[in-house]
Amino acid sequence: MSETRNIAVTVNGKRYERSVDVRLTLADFLRGPLGLTGTHLGCEHGVCGACTILVDGQSARSCLMLAVQANGHEIATVEGLAPSAERLHPLQEAFRDNHGLQCGFCTPGMLMTLVEFLRDHPNPTEGEVRVAISGNLCRCTGYQGIVAAALDAAGRMRKGG
Amino acid sequence: MATPYIGASIKRKEDYRFLTGAGNYTDDVALPGQTHAHFVRSPHAHAKIKSIKKDKALKAPGVVAIFTGDDLAGAKVNGLPCGWLITDVNGQPMKEPPHPCLAQGKARYVGDHVAIVIAETYPQARDAAELVKVDYEELPAVVRAAEARKNGAPVVHDIAPDNTCYVWGLGDRAAVDKAFSGAAHVTTLEFLNNRLVPNAIEPRAANATYSRADDSYTLYVANQNPHVERLLMTAFVLGLPEHKVRVVAPDVGGGFGSKIYLYAEDVVCTWASKQINRPVKWTADRSESFVSDAHGRDHVTRAELALDREGRFLAMRVTTTANMGAYLSTFASCIPTILYATLLAGQYTTPVIYAEVTAVFTNTAPVDAYRGAGRPEATYVVERLVETAAREMKMSPAEIRRRNFIKTFPYQTPVALLYDTGNYEATLAEALKIADVAGFQGRRADAARRGKLRGLGYSCYIEACGIAPSNVAGALGARAGLFEAGEVRVHPTGKVTVFTGSHSHGQGHETTFGQVVADRLGIPMEDIDIVHGDTGKILFGMGTYGSRSIAVGGTAIVKAVDKIVAKGKKIAAHLMEAAEADIEFKDGAFVVRGTDKKKAFAEVSLAAYVPHNYPLDKLEPGLNENAFYDPANFTFPAGSHICEVEVDPDTGTVSIVNFTAVDDFGKIINPMIVEGQVHGGLTQGIGQALTEGCHYDKESGQLVTGSYLDYCMPRADDVPAFKVGTKETPCTHNPLGVKGCGEAGAIGAPAAVMNALTDALGVRDIEMPATPQRIWRACQESKMKKAA
Repeated sequence: MSETRNIAVTVNGKRYERSVDVRLTLADFLRGPLGLTGTHLGCEHGVCGACTILVDGQSARSCLMLAVQANGHEIATVEGLAPSAERLHPLQEAFRDNHGLQCGFCTPGMLMTLVEFLRDHPNPTEGEVRVAISGNLCRCTGYQGIVAAALDAAGRMRKGG
Repeated sequence: MATPYIGASIKRKEDYRFLTGAGNYTDDVALPGQTHAHFVRSPHAHAKIKSIKKDKALKAPGVVAIFTGDDLAGAKVNGLPCGWLITDVNGQPMKEPPHPCLAQGKARYVGDHVAIVIAETYPQARDAAELVKVDYEELPAVVRAAEARKNGAPVVHDIAPDNTCYVWGLGDRAAVDKAFSGAAHVTTLEFLNNRLVPNAIEPRAANATYSRADDSYTLYVANQNPHVERLLMTAFVLGLPEHKVRVVAPDVGGGFGSKIYLYAEDVVCTWASKQINRPVKWTADRSESFVSDAHGRDHVTRAELALDREGRFLAMRVTTTANMGAYLSTFASCIPTILYATLLAGQYTTPVIYAEVTAVFTNTAPVDAYRGAGRPEATYVVERLVETAAREMKMSPAEIRRRNFIKTFPYQTPVALLYDTGNYEATLAEALKIADVAGFQGRRADAARRGKLRGLGYSCYIEACGIAPSNVAGALGARAGLFEAGEVRVHPTGKVTVFTGSHSHGQGHETTFGQVVADRLGIPMEDIDIVHGDTGKILFGMGTYGSRSIAVGGTAIVKAVDKIVAKGKKIAAHLMEAAEADIEFKDGAFVVRGTDKKKAFAEVSLAAYVPHNYPLDKLEPGLNENAFYDPANFTFPAGSHICEVEVDPDTGTVSIVNFTAVDDFGKIINPMIVEGQVHGGLTQGIGQALTEGCHYDKESGQLVTGSYLDYCMPRADDVPAFKVGTKETPCTHNPLGVKGCGEAGAIGAPAAVMNALTDALGVRDIEMPATPQRIWRACQESKMKKAA
């Protein structure tokens, strides 16, 4: 039988207290008990990056973390990115304007990876963006729209967009 | 007023939900009371199943049920059908071995589905699956196409003792042989077209539920053609009435062909949902995707091109062995035949062509359509031959192509297709300009000074899209029609819902189709919603593959819109007391020609639903029309790709420093979306050329490349910023003039990359994927040759 533990995590600013199986991954915890299905699972071995989230502001693969490891930490997922239902984050806007997504499955991981990257590198080159997202697989776009979106978003965010 | 919709890069309607995490993919669907399934899969490539013991597993915590092949056989569940009958060179039908949904008696590839374990939670199902004891007797396996027909090769199916599904031919063999005997030059190449795993980032998934209330099923499934899935599953496998099964393919995270097919997991979950009277949910993990999704390509080919002294093509002869895997997947049989050999004329006037294709069974996952499906393999044959011939005859690769281009249309090829339009010289000329081919020698010299090797390669591809005229497809063996259906429902307020049988899994139909309807009806796009992917809502559909959606699905919608306008004219004529012949529909209003009398679209739709002042004696109320469209011909997108590579001979690494694609897709509705399709296709084509190779161990039959750590997907820093251009010769046989764009990149790119790479290395051929190791070895070999 599985053991369980009580955990308390803050996700997108909201605090959750739950009892979870110790073997439950953080990704499955977000998608299942919390119903936050925006975080996607593409490989479950830490390579595709679709499940990328922020843990205390640092990007992490939620498929490679257990829910219990998130106890006491702050998680950010794609659902918390837009400031309101009417207004998108500048990075989301730039993705839409530059056709940075097609099927949308890798998109949440791309966004969360780039949110961290652009925060730490507000004025990147194209080459730097390509390396920054080289840990995220996209099978649709050929990456060109994503790279353009990241550079566009950097510009918008520097202007306070 | 010029329309603002056609040809405009309108931002996508679907993006908001995908950007905010509000998409609804199959694994996001949670049904009340759902159970979770895990499949027990064969760890062996080829083995007799002597017994399956499930008692221990049945007692494991949370287990609800376990079913095996015997259970399905007992319930008279049939095997999975193949949708295309190929007739061999002797007029005999192809060999169609049974494809049981759970293995019966034998497992035939690593990953073959043996049992389903259903439990309250997924971890419980997975734990219990380990307790299912399958007693296997291992058998020797054959995995490579080239070895399947050798004497003494292990036999995959008793009904095909030589592992041969069919030997099929197309073209005039005698005429080809004669042309070769009189040729001034013959270029011969032998190569593999490497096996690929489609790898949509969303894994396959299914969630099936049964309702006792009305004896009906609903299946949510990651699929590209829900109506085809339903038809095959009900009529051929489960024997259920079609109207009792609803198939929903909600947001789907990429397909690339791999989600066309009816898979065993979909059937078993659906069947099991009735047995346990609860929903059964299954989502593949990536390891399962690698072993159980249909793979692509995997050809062994010998190809010859005969030329005269001036470099004019006289004949082509192609012999291919195609790996079908262990069973025939849904459309497997038509890929290396109908969608391959018919494209061997390429863009050229080669007068006679003969192709012979031998399809073989092996102990590997089934092989079926993957982006391009047959056409990338054909383009690779043609364009590698042409480039090699140019080098051998010391001609420029552009000149040899120009000398052989088809220049007048319509053009009947010797391999069955009738090209309607094209302008191959124009796309090539534009590509030469964008790629700055004139400056290449300078760049090559500069690279040489830095110790690097530069190469340039071309690929002038053609594809047959918009599949297909149903009667033609039927004559060629298709067991389905290939039309498309659309419905346009105008609401009383003039807002519109469009239902399409096409399915979007990244292509942006909600936007592109919306643009088409907005243009035709002269109403804002915000007033139009496009609905797809649900057999419970959409009248019928054949789905999305083969770059057919806009050409076939879009046309069906146009036809339905035309009916709406025609009926609207009758209503407007009545309202304005004018003759129907005097009414024209312009900019969203019905106008009495030559007057200022008009009725807005919404006024007419309101009259249709509130028919107080309405010709009820002559006309039904309401404004809702549907249409089926069966295309008159295939469409023929074509283009020129030019790739420039730089190789570091010390490390074997290659970088694509420049990639130009100039394509003719006919009329373009949304250039932004089309560019995105091209970029994605090119990246998959570059992946095939340089990084991706699916490999089974020859002895054990184990899949060696079973994870993203072993199978190298192209990453953002593996590909360049592509330079793309378009030329437009509108398709002549559909009202939009469109040809389709989804597969072009994957079709053209591999040959362009490999032509560039062989140019850089100064070698005749190098195997795909040209990994740094293979390139380094080629560099060392040529160094040694030079030294000797």
